[in-house]
Amino acid sequence: MLQIACPHCGPRDENEFSCGGEAHIARPTQPDTISDAEWADYLFMRTNPKGVLAERWCHIVGCRRWFNVERDTVTHAILRVYAMGEPRGDGSA
Amino acid sequence: MKNNKRYSIFSLARNARKYHENWAEAWRSPEPKPSYDAIIVGGGGHGLATAYYLAKEHGLTNVAVVEKGPIGLGNTGRNTTVIRSNYLWDESAAIYELSLKLYEGLSQDLNFNIMLSQRGLISLAHNQHDMREIQRRVNAIHLNGIDSEMLSLAEVRELVPILNMSPNSRYPVVGASIQRRAGIARHDAVTWGYARGADARGVDILQHTEVTGFRIQSGRVEGVETSRGFIAAPKVAVAVAGHSSVLAEMAGFRMPIQSHPLQALVSEPLKPIFNTVLMSSTVHVYLSQSDRGELVMGAGIDGYNSYAQRGSPMILEDMLAAAVELLPVFSRVKMMRQWGGIVDVCPDASPIIGKTPVSGLYFNCGWGTGGFKAIPGSGFVFAHTIAKGEPHEIAAPFSLDRFTTGALIDEHGAAGVAH
Repeated sequence: MLQIACPHCGPRDENEFSCGGEAHIARPTQPDTISDAEWADYLFMRTNPKGVLAERWCHIVGCRRWFNVERDTVTHAILRVYAMGEPRGDGSA
Repeated sequence: MKNNKRYSIFSLARNARKYHENWAEAWRSPEPKPSYDAIIVGGGGHGLATAYYLAKEHGLTNVAVVEKGPIGLGNTGRNTTVIRSNYLWDESAAIYELSLKLYEGLSQDLNFNIMLSQRGLISLAHNQHDMREIQRRVNAIHLNGIDSEMLSLAEVRELVPILNMSPNSRYPVVGASIQRRAGIARHDAVTWGYARGADARGVDILQHTEVTGFRIQSGRVEGVETSRGFIAAPKVAVAVAGHSSVLAEMAGFRMPIQSHPLQALVSEPLKPIFNTVLMSSTVHVYLSQSDRGELVMGAGIDGYNSYAQRGSPMILEDMLAAAVELLPVFSRVKMMRQWGGIVDVCPDASPIIGKTPVSGLYFNCGWGTGGFKAIPGSGFVFAHTIAKGEPHEIAAPFSLDRFTTGALIDEHGAAGVAH
């Protein structure tokens, strides 16, 4: 079981949390003008890396707040926990 | 070693006389040729079935199957071996029923006993909502000409006498449906049978050959870079399940796939006690008893993305709690082995079969938690798609384009368990 350090409550077991999938997926700012392919990319296409993944977690049975986690999808090691809205480790949004 | 001969009662007797020391290898281990007419990436069930049907149905024998490890040790060797075709939507019904029909004749076709046991699959209902849902499914499935029926409580009790039918249980059983042609098969035998059949028709199975990249010129695939050097082919077909996104990235496009761990476990062997496949979506477990007597069970995926072939123990705890709730007689059975596989889950829980943005490059993936049952049908339609360059009519609705057009095939409820 993963141990996740909630930024508000401290380290807790994984079964207190819900994984919300890939982080940093921005909703298109011009929804009226973008193409179907761009919609498909936003709605369905995912990075799904073998390695470091930035993902969202929610502390559902604790503070119920969302935050971001960088986690390795091969070792499951949690590399970084950071607030929603902060850029990922490599500085990209 | 002798040639790949046909198995029969006579070959068995002949080899018994020689203390079974002269059995031929079931498939060769050839050196890679510099080029092939088609390369299949991934030596699991789907890849090997594709190679087999390319050779058998389309006469394409100058084909290689490239596998990074030994064949059949990914999800094909890790699943709970359930086979069924009771899917809701017409598109799914067509492909899974094709698959089940091919499975029914597969031992004869491959001359290899895949130990298909059509013992029936029971889906339980625990409340009024479950009842309405399985009744709707039974009717929809029936309209597609696939066997599917409701069971009375008395019939359920007769088929599974050890099932907890107490009205006082936490989630009482209030009804059930059954597909009698569903069942289980030996997963390794499916791998070996297809490998042997493909090899006998001239397909080269290249084990321990890892694809490290694609060679693509002006939007057209020219071959694959591997750990054993470049191999050229005008057609490359990828069937790598959990690693589909990794290979798509090598080819320069994105996939709507998430890789998750799916765990399973088996118990110590027991005497025969339980001769159907039992599934419950509400308490969330599916289980059967293997021919070796082990209880084989599984449930849902872990919630996070992973490539590690293992998951978290709380998933197993939930699965075992559900199993003991349904079958209290198993409460003291010891669990012997537990493992995980990496399943490739699509947003609509349906597979992707067909063309990609790169010309000559085909993908077959997204089977998620239910790929084993689909192996023959998937290989059959994928082989057609590769050979003709156009999707087989059964594969056409499962194109990658559907995520752009919006024609999704939502099978989230299909497993009778959450995806």
